[in-house]
Amino acid sequence: MEHSLLTNALIYLAAAVVAVPLAKRLGLGAVLGYLLAGMAIGPWGLKLIGDVETILHFSEFGVVLLLFLIGLELEPSRLWSLRRQIFGWGTAQVLLVAAALFGAALLVGVDWRVALIAALGLSLSSTAIALATLGERNLMGTPAGQAGFALLLFQDIAAIPMIALVPVLGVAVADSAHAGGWQNAARLAAVIAGVVIGGRYLVRPALRIIAKAGMREIFTAFALLLVIAISLLMQWVGMSMALGAFMAGVLLADSEYRHALETDLEPFKGLLLGLFFIAVGMSVDFGVFLAKPMIILGLVLGFLAIKLTVLFLLSFRFGIARGQRWLFAILLSQGGEFAFVVFGAAATARVFAPETGSLLVAVVALSMVSTPLLLLFHDKVLEPRYRGQNKREPDAIDDNEGHVIIAGFGRFGQIIGRLLNANRIKLTILDHDPDQIELLRRFGFKVFYGDATRIDLLTAAGAAKARALVLAIDDIDDSLALADAVREHFPDLPILARARNVTHMYQLMDRGVTIVERETFESALQLGRRALSQLGFGAYRAREAMLKFREHNKNSVDAVYPYYKDREQYVSMAKRARDELNAMFARDLKNIDNETDQGWD
Amino acid sequence: MPNHRILVLYAHPAPHRSRINRRLADAARAIDGVLLHDLYETYPDFFIDVAHEQALAEQAELIVFLHPLRWYSMPSLLKEWVDAVLQPGWAYGPGATALRGKGYLLALTTGSGLDAYAAGERHGHPFDAFLPPFRQTAALCGMHWLAPHILHGANSANEEAVEAHVAAFRSRLEAWLRGDRHGA
Repeated sequence: MEHSLLTNALIYLAAAVVAVPLAKRLGLGAVLGYLLAGMAIGPWGLKLIGDVETILHFSEFGVVLLLFLIGLELEPSRLWSLRRQIFGWGTAQVLLVAAALFGAALLVGVDWRVALIAALGLSLSSTAIALATLGERNLMGTPAGQAGFALLLFQDIAAIPMIALVPVLGVAVADSAHAGGWQNAARLAAVIAGVVIGGRYLVRPALRIIAKAGMREIFTAFALLLVIAISLLMQWVGMSMALGAFMAGVLLADSEYRHALETDLEPFKGLLLGLFFIAVGMSVDFGVFLAKPMIILGLVLGFLAIKLTVLFLLSFRFGIARGQRWLFAILLSQGGEFAFVVFGAAATARVFAPETGSLLVAVVALSMVSTPLLLLFHDKVLEPRYRGQNKREPDAIDDNEGHVIIAGFGRFGQIIGRLLNANRIKLTILDHDPDQIELLRRFGFKVFYGDATRIDLLTAAGAAKARALVLAIDDIDDSLALADAVREHFPDLPILARARNVTHMYQLMDRGVTIVERETFESALQLGRRALSQLGFGAYRAREAMLKFREHNKNSVDAVYPYYKDREQYVSMAKRARDELNAMFARDLKNIDNETDQGWD
Repeated sequence: MPNHRILVLYAHPAPHRSRINRRLADAARAIDGVLLHDLYETYPDFFIDVAHEQALAEQAELIVFLHPLRWYSMPSLLKEWVDAVLQPGWAYGPGATALRGKGYLLALTTGSGLDAYAAGERHGHPFDAFLPPFRQTAALCGMHWLAPHILHGANSANEEAVEAHVAAFRSRLEAWLRGDRHGA
């Protein structure tokens, strides 16, 4: 059967749309859903897709995007503070797991070279599965999540020498392709330096120029271009694509476009990662499995037992809470994407026979499938046993905890922002004017570029942990859309809104916004007060008169509100505004002179 | 910084309806060496520039509170001035010398006549019974209490009485400026 790109897409999307919600419904988690979908449509299921290798390769870009997005969350200073975990714990994990597997393999009489490659390859875990699970369960901030993340990062680095080591063990495959090692090293150093410098001085201005063009899809295109370019560059110098993307992410972590990049790339990452899991599911070779079911099952069980044990023991050293030790071990228990690469390289270098290679690949694929199942077991059996004894861990402190979000940072929002800032309130500012952002960042504000009405941007900006949202957008439609979105998705987030006029104020009140200020009202009152002063009123008397009028006007606006609601069906906007003005003038005149002429000296 | 020796803190929430305090203020303003400081005109929002006020007070040899009696006390903005400006360490307490040795004059008008200030009358106590808060404020700051300059029954005072009261106020301030601490 010949498949076009679109029919392929149809199959993948349909499989995902059916399998993933179903798996979630059954409590199996999204990752297992994708894996099962892959098995179903793969060469050993309905045979809808043939070319697994290509898809697997292509979808690995999902992992690259994942690492880029994780890099975006991690500022260089925070990465630096994780160095002990990454290099200390990472080395310990890879060496100890590899040593245990190597020893076990030697014990059952495997050739030492095969044992070494297999042990090293299997010591790595699946970044995609582990990080996707950490994200799905919101565990990134916990000690187990931090340790897991650090180990995965180190594995990405460790994979490079491993892949380099493979040919050394094999029967020398034509060595000509790789010239002197120092040349490679120099090229690597040059590219890394280029990425660091370019990320600082080229990418940011480029992002600003593109953002200024105001075309969303071009911004998205540039974001993708950036990640792909860096990945290919890294691959060219023999570094892991994912690691390169991660580095690029870290370099942009303190950029004002962080949130915009996140929101734009998030869907691509999600879909490609899904595709990657589907591809892993498809690549499970049931032929090999059916030929030697006992051997493979034995290998998978033995491998998992050894790796789980070592990880569990290590978790004590890593300071992981009792209740999370098994979770941590399970998260990293599977073989990873790099194992495929390492074993592929080993087969090419003829370190071991193709059958051994496909056997090991099957073990890795099955171990990946086992992770969601083990997690299920953990949730249903292990976790309840801890729950009684284990006190809830304190929430991880987010940088942004207790901040105030200001949406719209033009002339109006700025005054609010500066007032709050002067009183040491932490701010997150959202605006869509690149010039404005550049200026404010120079003054040390934390400003992000993006369309604040998008709920995903609000989420990325930390709306869930904000103390309040100041809605200072000048466009009435955007302001109302954002009020609606916040009411729906963050019902507990207090909104303080700027109203352009009385009708806008009523529309905000319709949406349950109770703290609303008309943008021109207070300043007009102040100038009116100065006018009274100028006409000979004493300063204090002018103030009193202004306050009295202000109170009266606020009452009038409130009094007209129900009337506005009743008539909004059939009275035109202009007519209504005129009626309101009429009513207000009439009330103003009725008011005021109630001063009594009593006992003043 | 104005070159004054007497600081008159004038506190009237509705000066446009004042007959007597306004004339007292005008009389004081006309004297060279007197700074007539209209608090309600300067701080209508009750946000007082404390450092500025302290500097004005430090320069003066005599501080005058000029206001109508409000609920047996001073108008709220003058009370805010007292609360904000007379800080510990500056006006009173260990090491506080800013106001020490200065004169303090209370210039008051009351709506009721003096006869309403007696046991069994409208205000229940003799008038002097209402002065201790003023007097002790001055004492705590180390200021000399001068005989208060008071006009009772301001609501019904006739023109001659008002004129005499204003003239007496003027001559007390002028006496002080001449160095006559007792005539003031």
